[in-house]
Amino acid sequence: MTGVPAVAPESALSRRFPPVAGLTIVSLGLVVIGGILMASYAPRRPPLGVPVAVTLVSAVLLLVSGYLTSRLRPFDWDRFFLVFRWALLAYVISAGMIGFAFVKDHVRGAPLAVVLVMLVIFALDVPLIIAFTVARYSSPAVHAGPLPDLSQSA
Amino acid sequence: MTNVGNMQAGVVGTAPVAARPTIQVVPLRGLPIVAAVVAFVIASIAGNWLWALTFCHVVGGGLWTAIDLFVGLIVGPILGRLSLAARAEFTARFMPKMVLLMPTLVLMTLAAGFQLALKLGNLSPASPNHGWLVASFCVVGVMAVIALGVLEPANIAVLFEMRKPNPDGAVIAKLMRRFVLTAGITGVMQVATLIIMTRVATQ
Repeated sequence: MTGVPAVAPESALSRRFPPVAGLTIVSLGLVVIGGILMASYAPRRPPLGVPVAVTLVSAVLLLVSGYLTSRLRPFDWDRFFLVFRWALLAYVISAGMIGFAFVKDHVRGAPLAVVLVMLVIFALDVPLIIAFTVARYSSPAVHAGPLPDLSQSA
Repeated sequence: MTNVGNMQAGVVGTAPVAARPTIQVVPLRGLPIVAAVVAFVIASIAGNWLWALTFCHVVGGGLWTAIDLFVGLIVGPILGRLSLAARAEFTARFMPKMVLLMPTLVLMTLAAGFQLALKLGNLSPASPNHGWLVASFCVVGVMAVIALGVLEPANIAVLFEMRKPNPDGAVIAKLMRRFVLTAGITGVMQVATLIIMTRVATQ
């Protein structure tokens, strides 16, 4: 016993983060909706208006998520990139397989381009959600620098 | 059983953990099996082999549905009532297997199923199965967003938290609640998949 009161370490839950996971899940949901629209027309050529619109909105949400993530300080970037690159490898393989199936089914031209953009977003969305979720709980709870001494008047 | 106590000490975050087993987030020994399965599915699609596509779709789908139902409706509720120590030890052994198993089964089922539907003409608008298949796309789409956007990140975050010298019990409890809830939702949605697939097979 030293006489100094023990201070419990602050839980990672106490820190608030921007809605990166939520935005990226919506982005993922939109490319899934676009994919369902495209797939439901197979083997015919699908109308591209709605799939292109949802893909654009999805891409914007992904970019916003990426931007919000890039501004996080302090943040466990080492862990973020460790998880992100392995998840990216896994989901690039998944997306590549889906893309291969569409090419094999003779999807060509604009529909193929839309599908490929959707797959790129899909392959980035999932690793971003996983890496952000892991890194947010590994990051400092509240504050990286020394806490201000509130006992001193300004 | 000493691991249980060690795990509990770590989870409550009160003492450094002495001899906890190292948690492997991705079981490396399983990767060759995953690679073999993916190669088999790609070969089935490339070769347009009816038997192989049916095999991948039926085996993958059967396992995916059964595991989702079992985990969501049986294991999940039991897990929620276990002690923190038991839950932690179970999670440490169970979750890494799910990290490899479920994405592989999902990929196998969906890729082979789509190709099979095209080959058998079920996706044609004239087919009586067209509407049912579009409904199944919607069900699978919802399950995919839940699984990829919520369940899998929670699963992996729990494993990383448990690898820390002093895991945060509150973080693990929160993420496990999310895992149990979403596993329950996807389990219930699998019932819709069973109804749709049995309709498709009998029309």
